[in-house]
Amino acid sequence: MLEIIPWWNWPIILFGVTFAIGIVAVLGGVGGGVIFVPVMIGFFPFHLDFVRSAGLLVALASSLSASPILLKKHLAHLKLAMPMALIASIGAIFGAILGLALPADIVQISLGVTILVIAAIMLKAKKSEYPEVKKADTLSTMLGIRGTYREESTNEVINWQVHKTPQAMVTFVIIGLVAGMFGLGAGWATVPVLNLMMGVPLKIAVSTSSFLLSITAPSAAWIYINRGAVLPILIVPSVIGMMLGARIGAKLLPRIRTKAIRYIVIGVMLFSGARALLKGLGF
Amino acid sequence: MQELKLPEESLIYARLLNAGRAIGLVALIIIFVIYIAGIIPPRVPLNELSNYWGLSAKDYLTKTGIHTGWSGIGMLRYSDILNFLPIAFLSGITIICYLSIIPIFFRKKDRIYAWIAILEVLVLVFAASGILKV
Repeated sequence: MLEIIPWWNWPIILFGVTFAIGIVAVLGGVGGGVIFVPVMIGFFPFHLDFVRSAGLLVALASSLSASPILLKKHLAHLKLAMPMALIASIGAIFGAILGLALPADIVQISLGVTILVIAAIMLKAKKSEYPEVKKADTLSTMLGIRGTYREESTNEVINWQVHKTPQAMVTFVIIGLVAGMFGLGAGWATVPVLNLMMGVPLKIAVSTSSFLLSITAPSAAWIYINRGAVLPILIVPSVIGMMLGARIGAKLLPRIRTKAIRYIVIGVMLFSGARALLKGLGF
Repeated sequence: MQELKLPEESLIYARLLNAGRAIGLVALIIIFVIYIAGIIPPRVPLNELSNYWGLSAKDYLTKTGIHTGWSGIGMLRYSDILNFLPIAFLSGITIICYLSIIPIFFRKKDRIYAWIAILEVLVLVFAASGILKV
Protein backbone atom coordinates (compact mmCIF):
# COMPACT_ATOMS: atom_id res chain seq x y z
CA MET A 1 0.00 0.00 0.00
CA LEU A 2 2.86 2.35 0.88
CA GLU A 3 4.23 1.98 -2.69
CA ILE A 4 1.31 3.92 -4.18
CA ILE A 5 2.07 7.05 -2.14
CA PRO A 6 3.70 9.59 -4.52
CA TRP A 7 7.29 10.52 -3.56
CA TRP A 8 6.44 14.14 -2.80
CA ASN A 9 4.07 13.04 -0.01
CA TRP A 10 6.90 11.44 1.96
CA PRO A 11 8.69 14.64 3.06
CA ILE A 12 5.32 16.02 4.22
CA ILE A 13 4.36 12.83 6.08
CA LEU A 14 7.82 12.57 7.69
CA PHE A 15 7.77 16.23 8.67
CA GLY A 16 4.32 15.82 10.27
CA VAL A 17 5.22 12.64 12.17
CA THR A 18 8.57 13.94 13.43
CA PHE A 19 7.00 17.28 14.37
CA ALA A 20 4.54 15.35 16.58
CA ILE A 21 7.37 13.18 17.96
CA GLY A 22 9.37 16.33 18.73
CA ILE A 23 6.49 17.77 20.79
CA VAL A 24 5.70 14.64 22.81
CA ALA A 25 9.40 13.82 23.28
CA VAL A 26 10.03 17.11 25.07
CA LEU A 27 6.82 16.82 27.08
CA GLY A 28 7.64 13.20 27.90
CA GLY A 29 11.20 14.03 28.93
CA VAL A 30 12.99 11.93 26.27
CA GLY A 31 15.36 12.92 23.47
CA GLY A 32 13.26 11.87 20.50
CA GLY A 33 15.55 9.28 18.91
CA VAL A 34 14.16 6.62 21.19
CA ILE A 35 10.68 7.23 19.69
CA PHE A 36 11.81 8.10 16.16
CA VAL A 37 13.74 4.88 15.44
CA PRO A 38 11.10 2.31 16.48
CA VAL A 39 8.28 4.33 14.85
CA MET A 40 10.22 4.54 11.56
CA ILE A 41 11.16 0.87 11.67
CA GLY A 42 7.73 -0.30 12.78
CA PHE A 43 5.54 1.76 10.45
CA PHE A 44 7.64 3.12 7.56
CA PRO A 45 9.15 1.37 4.53
CA PHE A 46 12.78 2.50 5.01
CA HIS A 47 15.56 -0.01 5.65
CA LEU A 48 17.02 -0.23 9.12
CA ASP A 49 20.39 1.20 7.92
CA PHE A 50 18.78 4.46 6.75
CA VAL A 51 16.59 4.74 9.84
CA ARG A 52 19.51 4.30 12.26
CA SER A 53 21.57 6.88 10.43
CA ALA A 54 18.61 9.30 10.43
CA GLY A 55 18.00 8.57 14.14
CA LEU A 56 21.54 9.60 15.01
CA LEU A 57 21.34 12.74 12.87
CA VAL A 58 17.97 13.69 14.37
CA ALA A 59 19.45 13.27 17.85
CA LEU A 60 22.49 15.31 16.80
CA ALA A 61 20.36 18.15 15.39
CA SER A 62 18.24 18.33 18.57
CA SER A 63 21.39 18.40 20.68
CA LEU A 64 23.01 21.09 18.52
CA SER A 65 19.92 23.26 18.98
CA ALA A 66 19.85 23.03 22.76
CA SER A 67 23.52 22.73 23.73
CA PRO A 68 24.82 26.29 23.14
CA ILE A 69 22.13 27.71 25.46
CA LEU A 70 22.58 24.96 28.04
CA LEU A 71 26.35 25.52 28.11
CA LYS A 72 25.97 29.27 28.50
CA LYS A 73 23.46 28.82 31.35
CA HIS A 74 25.92 26.59 33.30
CA LEU A 75 23.47 23.71 32.95
CA ALA A 76 25.44 21.52 30.52
CA HIS A 77 28.83 20.91 32.11
CA LEU A 78 31.79 20.52 29.76
CA LYS A 79 34.10 18.82 32.28
CA LEU A 80 31.42 16.33 33.24
CA ALA A 81 30.60 15.59 29.61
CA MET A 82 34.09 15.27 28.11
CA PRO A 83 35.40 12.09 29.81
CA MET A 84 32.01 10.37 29.50
CA ALA A 85 31.66 11.42 25.86
CA LEU A 86 35.09 10.04 24.99
CA ILE A 87 34.19 6.63 26.35
CA ALA A 88 30.67 6.66 24.90
CA SER A 89 31.99 7.75 21.46
CA ILE A 90 34.29 4.74 21.28
CA GLY A 91 31.39 2.51 22.35
CA ALA A 92 29.10 4.14 19.76
CA ILE A 93 31.59 3.54 16.93
CA PHE A 94 31.87 -0.14 17.82
CA GLY A 95 28.08 -0.29 18.21
CA ALA A 96 27.59 1.13 14.71
CA ILE A 97 30.12 -1.29 13.22
CA LEU A 98 28.46 -4.19 15.01
CA GLY A 99 25.00 -3.02 13.97
CA LEU A 100 26.01 -2.85 10.31
CA ALA A 101 27.80 -6.20 10.41
CA LEU A 102 24.95 -8.18 11.97
CA PRO A 103 22.00 -9.43 9.87
CA ALA A 104 19.19 -6.84 9.71
CA ASP A 105 16.56 -9.15 11.26
CA ILE A 106 18.80 -9.83 14.29
CA VAL A 107 19.34 -6.08 14.79
CA GLN A 108 15.61 -5.44 14.34
CA ILE A 109 14.67 -8.08 16.93
CA SER A 110 17.32 -6.74 19.36
CA LEU A 111 16.07 -3.21 18.78
CA GLY A 112 12.48 -4.21 19.51
CA VAL A 113 13.57 -5.90 22.75
CA THR A 114 15.79 -2.92 23.69
CA ILE A 115 12.94 -0.42 23.16
CA LEU A 116 10.61 -2.55 25.29
CA VAL A 117 13.27 -2.72 28.05
CA ILE A 118 13.85 1.06 27.85
CA ALA A 119 10.09 1.67 28.14
CA ALA A 120 10.02 -0.58 31.21
CA ILE A 121 13.01 1.28 32.73
CA MET A 122 11.28 4.61 32.06
CA LEU A 123 8.15 3.33 33.75
CA LYS A 124 10.08 2.29 36.87
CA ALA A 125 12.95 4.79 37.06
CA LYS A 126 12.93 7.42 39.76
CA LYS A 127 14.57 10.82 39.62
CA SER A 128 16.26 12.85 42.27
CA GLU A 129 16.23 16.65 42.00
CA TYR A 130 19.29 17.14 44.24
CA PRO A 131 20.96 13.79 45.01
CA GLU A 132 23.13 13.73 48.10
CA VAL A 133 26.86 13.19 47.44
CA LYS A 134 28.66 13.10 50.78
CA LYS A 135 32.14 12.70 49.36
CA ALA A 136 33.42 13.13 45.82
CA ASP A 137 35.35 10.10 44.52
CA THR A 138 39.08 10.26 43.74
CA LEU A 139 38.68 10.16 39.95
CA SER A 140 36.13 12.96 39.80
CA THR A 141 38.31 15.05 42.13
CA MET A 142 41.30 14.46 39.86
CA LEU A 143 39.23 15.39 36.80
CA GLY A 144 37.74 18.43 38.53
CA ILE A 145 34.16 17.31 37.92
CA ARG A 146 32.16 19.66 40.13
CA GLY A 147 30.15 22.73 39.45
CA THR A 148 27.85 25.54 40.42
CA TYR A 149 24.63 26.73 38.84
CA ARG A 150 21.79 29.07 39.67
CA GLU A 151 18.39 27.46 40.26
CA GLU A 152 16.15 29.95 38.47
CA SER A 153 12.97 29.04 40.35
CA THR A 154 14.52 29.89 43.74
CA ASN A 155 17.47 32.08 42.62
CA GLU A 156 19.62 29.85 44.79
CA VAL A 157 23.21 28.96 43.85
CA ILE A 158 23.67 25.19 43.96
CA ASN A 159 27.10 23.57 44.31
CA TRP A 160 27.42 19.98 43.21
CA GLN A 161 29.98 17.19 43.13
CA VAL A 162 29.86 13.56 42.00
CA HIS A 163 30.73 10.05 43.08
CA LYS A 164 30.95 6.56 41.50
CA THR A 165 32.71 8.02 38.43
CA PRO A 166 34.54 4.77 37.48
CA GLN A 167 31.28 2.77 37.57
CA ALA A 168 29.56 5.44 35.47
CA MET A 169 32.37 5.30 32.91
CA VAL A 170 31.93 1.55 32.46
CA THR A 171 28.18 2.11 32.01
CA PHE A 172 28.86 4.76 29.36
CA VAL A 173 30.68 2.19 27.19
CA ILE A 174 27.49 0.12 27.12
CA ILE A 175 25.29 3.19 26.54
CA GLY A 176 27.47 4.22 23.58
CA LEU A 177 27.39 0.71 22.16
CA VAL A 178 23.57 0.51 22.30
CA ALA A 179 23.15 4.06 20.93
CA GLY A 180 25.49 3.38 17.98
CA MET A 181 24.08 -0.04 17.21
CA PHE A 182 20.44 1.07 17.06
CA GLY A 183 20.82 4.74 16.11
CA LEU A 184 19.10 5.84 19.31
CA GLY A 185 19.80 8.96 21.26
CA ALA A 186 20.97 8.02 24.72
CA GLY A 187 19.09 10.35 27.06
CA TRP A 188 17.00 7.45 28.39
CA ALA A 189 20.21 6.00 29.88
CA THR A 190 22.57 8.92 30.42
CA VAL A 191 20.15 10.92 32.56
CA PRO A 192 19.63 8.10 35.13
CA VAL A 193 23.38 7.31 35.20
CA LEU A 194 24.39 10.93 35.73
CA ASN A 195 21.55 11.65 38.16
CA LEU A 196 21.07 8.46 40.16
CA MET A 197 24.51 6.83 39.90
CA MET A 198 26.85 9.83 39.95
CA GLY A 199 24.62 12.13 42.00
CA VAL A 200 24.44 14.99 39.49
CA PRO A 201 21.49 17.36 40.11
CA LEU A 202 18.62 16.53 37.74
CA LYS A 203 18.78 19.75 35.70
CA ILE A 204 22.52 19.36 35.13
CA ALA A 205 22.06 15.66 34.29
CA VAL A 206 19.34 16.36 31.70
CA SER A 207 21.25 19.26 30.13
CA THR A 208 24.63 17.50 30.09
CA SER A 209 22.97 14.40 28.64
CA SER A 210 21.56 16.52 25.82
CA PHE A 211 24.99 18.08 25.22
CA LEU A 212 26.70 14.66 25.28
CA LEU A 213 24.67 13.65 22.23
CA SER A 214 26.38 16.33 20.14
CA ILE A 215 29.63 14.40 20.72
CA THR A 216 28.54 10.75 20.74
CA ALA A 217 25.92 10.85 17.94
CA PRO A 218 28.33 12.06 15.21
CA SER A 219 30.94 9.43 16.10
CA ALA A 220 28.45 6.66 15.22
CA ALA A 221 26.79 8.73 12.47
CA TRP A 222 30.10 8.91 10.57
CA ILE A 223 30.19 5.13 10.33
CA TYR A 224 26.72 5.10 8.73
CA ILE A 225 27.55 8.10 6.49
CA ASN A 226 30.71 6.40 5.22
CA ARG A 227 28.66 3.30 4.54
CA GLY A 228 26.32 5.41 2.36
CA ALA A 229 23.32 5.03 4.67
CA VAL A 230 22.13 8.54 3.90
CA LEU A 231 18.68 9.12 2.48
CA PRO A 232 18.08 12.89 2.30
CA ILE A 233 14.33 12.48 1.79
CA LEU A 234 14.19 10.73 5.20
CA ILE A 235 16.82 12.74 7.07
CA VAL A 236 16.07 16.37 6.18
CA PRO A 237 12.28 16.51 6.84
CA SER A 238 12.85 14.46 10.02
CA VAL A 239 15.58 16.76 11.34
CA ILE A 240 13.52 19.89 10.65
CA GLY A 241 10.27 18.38 11.93
CA MET A 242 11.88 17.15 15.14
CA MET A 243 13.59 20.47 15.83
CA LEU A 244 10.44 22.54 15.28
CA GLY A 245 8.35 20.07 17.29
CA ALA A 246 10.83 20.19 20.15
CA ARG A 247 10.63 24.00 20.21
CA ILE A 248 6.82 23.88 20.39
CA GLY A 249 7.06 21.17 23.05
CA ALA A 250 9.39 23.34 25.12
CA LYS A 251 6.87 26.21 24.94
CA LEU A 252 3.96 23.95 25.92
CA LEU A 253 5.92 22.33 28.75
CA PRO A 254 4.88 24.70 31.57
CA ARG A 255 1.17 24.39 30.65
CA ILE A 256 0.79 20.64 30.13
CA ARG A 257 0.50 17.79 32.61
CA THR A 258 3.73 16.05 31.66
CA LYS A 259 3.06 12.91 33.69
CA ALA A 260 0.17 11.94 31.41
CA ILE A 261 2.27 12.69 28.32
CA ARG A 262 5.08 10.53 29.70
CA TYR A 263 2.70 7.58 29.84
CA ILE A 264 1.67 8.29 26.22
CA VAL A 265 5.36 8.29 25.22
CA ILE A 266 5.91 4.99 27.01
CA GLY A 267 2.77 3.63 25.32
CA VAL A 268 4.06 4.67 21.87
CA MET A 269 7.42 3.07 22.66
CA LEU A 270 5.82 -0.18 23.79
CA PHE A 271 3.61 -0.30 20.69
CA SER A 272 6.32 0.60 18.15
CA GLY A 273 8.94 -1.53 19.95
CA ALA A 274 6.59 -4.54 19.77
CA ARG A 275 5.90 -3.77 16.08
CA ALA A 276 9.67 -3.58 15.33
CA LEU A 277 10.17 -6.87 17.19
CA LEU A 278 7.38 -8.59 15.24
CA LYS A 279 8.69 -7.18 11.96
CA GLY A 280 12.13 -8.60 12.80
CA LEU A 281 10.54 -11.96 13.54
CA GLY A 282 8.93 -11.87 10.10
CA PHE A 283 5.31 -11.13 11.10
CA MET B 1 23.83 38.22 44.12
CA GLN B 2 26.69 35.80 43.46
CA GLU B 3 27.90 36.11 39.85
CA LEU B 4 28.67 32.82 38.13
CA LYS B 5 31.55 32.99 35.67
CA LEU B 6 31.42 30.73 32.63
CA PRO B 7 34.77 29.04 31.90
CA GLU B 8 36.40 30.37 28.73
CA GLU B 9 36.39 26.93 27.08
CA SER B 10 32.62 26.53 27.63
CA LEU B 11 31.93 29.95 26.14
CA ILE B 12 34.08 29.36 23.05
CA TYR B 13 32.62 25.89 22.61
CA ALA B 14 29.03 27.19 22.88
CA ARG B 15 29.63 30.03 20.40
CA LEU B 16 31.21 27.76 17.80
CA LEU B 17 28.51 25.12 18.23
CA ASN B 18 25.80 27.74 17.74
CA ALA B 19 27.40 29.21 14.63
CA GLY B 20 28.09 25.77 13.15
CA ARG B 21 24.54 24.62 13.81
CA ALA B 22 23.07 27.68 12.09
CA ILE B 23 25.33 27.36 9.02
CA GLY B 24 24.76 23.60 8.79
CA LEU B 25 20.99 23.81 9.05
CA VAL B 26 20.65 26.61 6.49
CA ALA B 27 22.86 24.66 4.07
CA LEU B 28 20.84 21.49 4.76
CA ILE B 29 17.54 23.19 3.91
CA ILE B 30 18.86 25.01 0.81
CA ILE B 31 20.44 21.87 -0.68
CA PHE B 32 17.33 19.83 0.10
CA VAL B 33 15.12 22.37 -1.71
CA ILE B 34 17.50 22.24 -4.71
CA TYR B 35 17.17 18.45 -4.57
CA ILE B 36 13.38 18.14 -4.39
CA ALA B 37 12.74 21.04 -6.76
CA GLY B 38 14.87 19.28 -9.37
CA ILE B 39 17.12 22.32 -9.88
CA ILE B 40 20.11 19.97 -10.04
CA PRO B 41 19.30 16.40 -11.17
CA PRO B 42 19.75 13.62 -8.61
CA ARG B 43 21.60 10.35 -9.17
CA VAL B 44 18.45 8.42 -8.20
CA PRO B 45 15.27 10.02 -9.62
CA LEU B 46 12.86 10.93 -6.82
CA ASN B 47 9.99 8.94 -8.36
CA GLU B 48 12.19 5.80 -8.37
CA LEU B 49 13.51 6.22 -4.82
CA SER B 50 10.86 3.95 -3.29
CA ASN B 51 12.38 1.03 -5.27
CA TYR B 52 15.61 1.44 -3.31
CA TRP B 53 14.91 2.70 0.21
CA GLY B 54 13.91 -0.74 1.49
CA LEU B 55 17.35 -2.10 0.55
CA SER B 56 20.31 -2.25 2.91
CA ALA B 57 22.87 0.54 2.47
CA LYS B 58 25.24 -1.93 0.82
CA ASP B 59 22.65 -3.07 -1.77
CA TYR B 60 21.48 0.52 -2.28
CA LEU B 61 25.00 1.60 -3.22
CA THR B 62 25.50 -1.40 -5.51
CA LYS B 63 22.21 -0.95 -7.37
CA THR B 64 22.45 2.83 -7.74
CA GLY B 65 26.18 2.90 -8.49
CA ILE B 66 26.77 5.49 -5.78
CA HIS B 67 30.30 5.67 -4.38
CA THR B 68 31.03 6.88 -0.85
CA GLY B 69 34.11 8.44 0.73
CA TRP B 70 36.81 10.06 -1.40
CA SER B 71 35.80 8.12 -4.50
CA GLY B 72 32.35 9.71 -4.24
CA ILE B 73 33.57 13.31 -4.56
CA GLY B 74 33.01 13.27 -8.31
CA MET B 75 29.36 12.42 -7.65
CA LEU B 76 28.71 15.73 -5.91
CA ARG B 77 27.31 16.97 -9.21
CA TYR B 78 24.12 15.07 -8.30
CA SER B 79 21.76 16.85 -5.93
CA ASP B 80 21.03 13.77 -3.77
CA ILE B 81 24.75 13.23 -3.19
CA LEU B 82 25.19 16.96 -2.55
CA ASN B 83 23.05 16.50 0.57
CA PHE B 84 26.01 14.63 2.09
CA LEU B 85 27.88 17.93 2.46
CA PRO B 86 25.70 19.70 5.08
CA ILE B 87 25.15 16.36 6.84
CA ALA B 88 28.91 15.82 7.04
CA PHE B 89 29.36 19.43 8.17
CA LEU B 90 26.82 19.03 11.00
CA SER B 91 28.56 15.80 12.03
CA GLY B 92 31.93 17.55 11.96
CA ILE B 93 31.10 20.62 14.09
CA THR B 94 32.12 18.80 17.27
CA ILE B 95 35.64 18.27 15.88
CA ILE B 96 35.97 22.03 15.25
CA CYS B 97 34.67 22.84 18.75
CA TYR B 98 37.12 20.43 20.38
CA LEU B 99 40.06 21.76 18.34
CA SER B 100 39.22 25.27 19.52
CA ILE B 101 39.36 24.40 23.22
CA ILE B 102 42.59 22.36 23.21
CA PRO B 103 44.86 25.47 23.31
CA ILE B 104 42.73 26.94 26.13
CA PHE B 105 43.22 23.85 28.29
CA PHE B 106 46.98 23.84 27.59
CA ARG B 107 47.18 27.56 28.45
CA LYS B 108 45.33 26.88 31.72
CA LYS B 109 47.76 23.98 32.36
CA ASP B 110 44.75 21.67 32.47
CA ARG B 111 46.64 18.92 30.67
CA ILE B 112 44.21 16.10 31.48
CA TYR B 113 41.35 17.83 29.65
CA ALA B 114 43.65 18.94 26.83
CA TRP B 115 44.51 15.27 26.25
CA ILE B 116 40.89 14.13 26.61
CA ALA B 117 40.02 16.68 23.90
CA ILE B 118 42.88 15.50 21.67
CA LEU B 119 41.79 11.88 22.08
CA GLU B 120 38.17 12.79 21.26
CA VAL B 121 39.29 14.59 18.09
CA LEU B 122 41.32 11.53 17.09
CA VAL B 123 38.34 9.24 17.72
CA LEU B 124 35.99 11.45 15.66
CA VAL B 125 38.50 11.93 12.83
CA PHE B 126 39.11 8.18 12.80
CA ALA B 127 35.35 7.55 12.51
CA ALA B 128 34.97 10.23 9.82
CA SER B 129 37.98 9.01 7.80
CA GLY B 130 36.19 5.94 6.54
CA ILE B 131 39.11 3.73 7.56
CA LEU B 132 36.68 1.59 9.53
CA LYS B 133 35.07 -0.47 6.80
CA VAL B 134 32.25 -2.81 7.72
